[in-house]
Amino acid sequence: MPEFKQTTLPNGLRIVAETDPRSYSMSLGYFVRAGSRNELDPQSGLSHFLEHMMFKGTQRRSAEDVNRELDELGGQSNAYTTEEQTVYYATVLPKFQDRIVDLLTDMMSPVLDEQEFETERNVILEEIAKYEDQPPFGGFERAMEIHFSPRGIGRRVLGTSESIKAMTAQRMRDYFNTRYRPENIVLAATGNVDFDGLVDEIQRRTNHWAERTASETIPPDDTESLPDGIELSTRVPTPDALQAYCIGIGAGPSSACNQRHAARLLASILGDEGGSRFFWDLIDTGRAEVATCWPQEFSDDGAWFTYLVCVPEDLESNRRFVREIIDQVVQKGVSEDELKQAVNKTTAGCIMQSERPSNRLFSIGGRWLMHNEYIDLDQSLANVRGVDQNAIAEAAKKYLLKEPTDILASAD
Amino acid sequence: MSLSTKPAADESSASEITTTQLPSGMTVLVQPMPWLRTAAFTLSLRGGIQYESPDRGGLASMVCEMVQRGAGSYSSRDLVAVQDNLGMDRNSGVSTATVSFGSAMPAESFGEALKLYADVVRRPHLPSDQIDDARMMMIQELRAIEDEPTQRVMRRVREMQYGTRLGRGSQGTMESLTAIDADDIRNFYQSDYHAGGAILTVAGRVDPADVIRQAQDEFGDWRCNEFESAPQPQGQSGYEHIDADSSQTHIAFAFPSIPYGHPDYFRMRAGIGILSDGMSSRLFDRVREKRGLCYTVSASCHSLINAGAVFGYAGTTPGRAQETLDVTLSEIKNLPSDLEQSELDRWKVRIESGLIMEQESSASRASSLASDFFQLGRAMPTDELSQIIESLTLADVRDYWEKHPPSDYRIVTLGPEKLQVG
Repeated sequence: MPEFKQTTLPNGLRIVAETDPRSYSMSLGYFVRAGSRNELDPQSGLSHFLEHMMFKGTQRRSAEDVNRELDELGGQSNAYTTEEQTVYYATVLPKFQDRIVDLLTDMMSPVLDEQEFETERNVILEEIAKYEDQPPFGGFERAMEIHFSPRGIGRRVLGTSESIKAMTAQRMRDYFNTRYRPENIVLAATGNVDFDGLVDEIQRRTNHWAERTASETIPPDDTESLPDGIELSTRVPTPDALQAYCIGIGAGPSSACNQRHAARLLASILGDEGGSRFFWDLIDTGRAEVATCWPQEFSDDGAWFTYLVCVPEDLESNRRFVREIIDQVVQKGVSEDELKQAVNKTTAGCIMQSERPSNRLFSIGGRWLMHNEYIDLDQSLANVRGVDQNAIAEAAKKYLLKEPTDILASAD
Repeated sequence: MSLSTKPAADESSASEITTTQLPSGMTVLVQPMPWLRTAAFTLSLRGGIQYESPDRGGLASMVCEMVQRGAGSYSSRDLVAVQDNLGMDRNSGVSTATVSFGSAMPAESFGEALKLYADVVRRPHLPSDQIDDARMMMIQELRAIEDEPTQRVMRRVREMQYGTRLGRGSQGTMESLTAIDADDIRNFYQSDYHAGGAILTVAGRVDPADVIRQAQDEFGDWRCNEFESAPQPQGQSGYEHIDADSSQTHIAFAFPSIPYGHPDYFRMRAGIGILSDGMSSRLFDRVREKRGLCYTVSASCHSLINAGAVFGYAGTTPGRAQETLDVTLSEIKNLPSDLEQSELDRWKVRIESGLIMEQESSASRASSLASDFFQLGRAMPTDELSQIIESLTLADVRDYWEKHPPSDYRIVTLGPEKLQVG
């Protein structure tokens, strides 16, 4: 059986693990409270830019060394940035534990070299351009900006071309020293891990992290004006698009909220890829290419997304369908069979997911970082099974009664 | 370097692959993985794109969709409800040669799940009143691709690589989709859904004897039709540009190579691994990391039964597109000139780690078994593959790439300006 272990080092760094000696692999990840919501206007896109720069060398390793050594350990390693956290992770064979701990931990003290910074700036600008070409052409970012305002949770993770072009390496160093302090960091491990060995190693290697201090003080944002490169129109012009992309955004549960399990099941019943109400009315009939919805949880807030993609001429009628289906569920709730089906599907999904330590890593590390809480598989399953029709009806009334804000990306 | 693929618990003897051919012609492969809680299967039939007539592009996908709209004693909706209640995570789709249905689930659902899929492929209702809905679904997909520049260039370069019959996409065209009628669907189903050349692979917490007995019950008496297994590709080299007002120029390229079953396959594959697998690979390091030319650049191998190709992609802003293309192609060309042992070693660790970790997933094992059997005509035990990888030398890789330099490029770009090619 998987076993949960945790400790907090004297410098404030937290370590959590779900160990299972039967696993073929182990996963390790640094979870850092550094996301776009922690940025001010002149720092927009910095958490993500910094994530790239963390691969660009340390006192002991050049950028090439970092990439080469990650590859030498096989497995999978990467990083990502969200509104609330930046995560660096690797999944390797258990025999490589010491080497991956050394490497990932060393990466967490980057040199942030000026020359590398300039080269990487171009890669970030390419990444921004890449998403501009991909449906829904920045529509999700726009929805977040309108719903939450373009600051805080609503700030776009990649930043804007304007903010990235204006960024300096010194500003990045300061941001790093502010955010990458031990009290903002969780190291999580799952699978075939030697926990005691891990704790000893980390303690030895991370003592100096407490010395990080920032020198720059950035004035608060002027909330009367918009950040550079941001506009808040609900229309995203996409002259060449064949399809119309409509994103609805409203309130949703946070990851601390007890209604989150009901909200997730409600979203499954309404908008899952196969067998949901949207599916039968809109996808199975060929009326739309995509018709789905999901709650997006943040640690202290949440959003409810509805996403519809179809031929522009059918947009209005499809929006009415979506609205009717939602009204129906708000008024009448869901049937016992529907709920049972969603519960069975969700719990089976949890069980299958949990077979790989790499999948467990993100929920364990992220949860500990934001909530200092561990939820084992059985508890997750119990949480899902504990949702009844009433809870779903309440979630529907709470989150779906109010009309969402619609953002539209289409040719006309 | 030597990596053991032995399971952590002492269960290696229990994980041997059983291969059985049913009287109907279907082959059943089972690999027990008793340390898991799940089971998974892949059911693969010879109903792929290559069996469509030229003016009925999209028919294979449409039949794949239609067989799932009610089968046996289940309506379309019942089928989905039963599958969800069994906890099945399912997928289906067509490739050039095959149509496949796969599913992973908690192990206790396996027997019921297989029974359902026997209904789907053997007793589908093919309801004629749902053909228009299925057609509309396909049209939606086709339009979606038009809005995805990466998919557009990759789809086109594939067609240039293998020719229309083997290279065209699964979605068809507006014209061909409009032309498909109930007879087309019934005829395709009758002639191309059968046990001949069919493969059922099962991995996970299952008892092989039980699986084979059940497969015999469900598929032992299915019809077996003749089928053409491996037509020749008809591709041609060349350069095409699609004008678009996009933020990036999207570059797709391809050149002919060898398929998975070829004796030299892994010598070739290791070279592509050195070029493109991982963050220290040449394309990532030299095109992105050192020059900052793009966010995405990659190359990968693809196999049909009797032909293979290398496909690649890079996306970059128009001002840097020419340099990106030039640097990428010259890296590929120069591959054998300065190969280093450490590059090959890194690639080996990556592959071997992947093989070991595959034992954590029944779905991934079932799907590997199916593609191995399809390509090789037999199961490839993990240990055997591991030995092939381990025995590769740098001289093998260099020798292969020196003797077979990439040529006859197919290149497609999408963006505001055409590039200089060749």
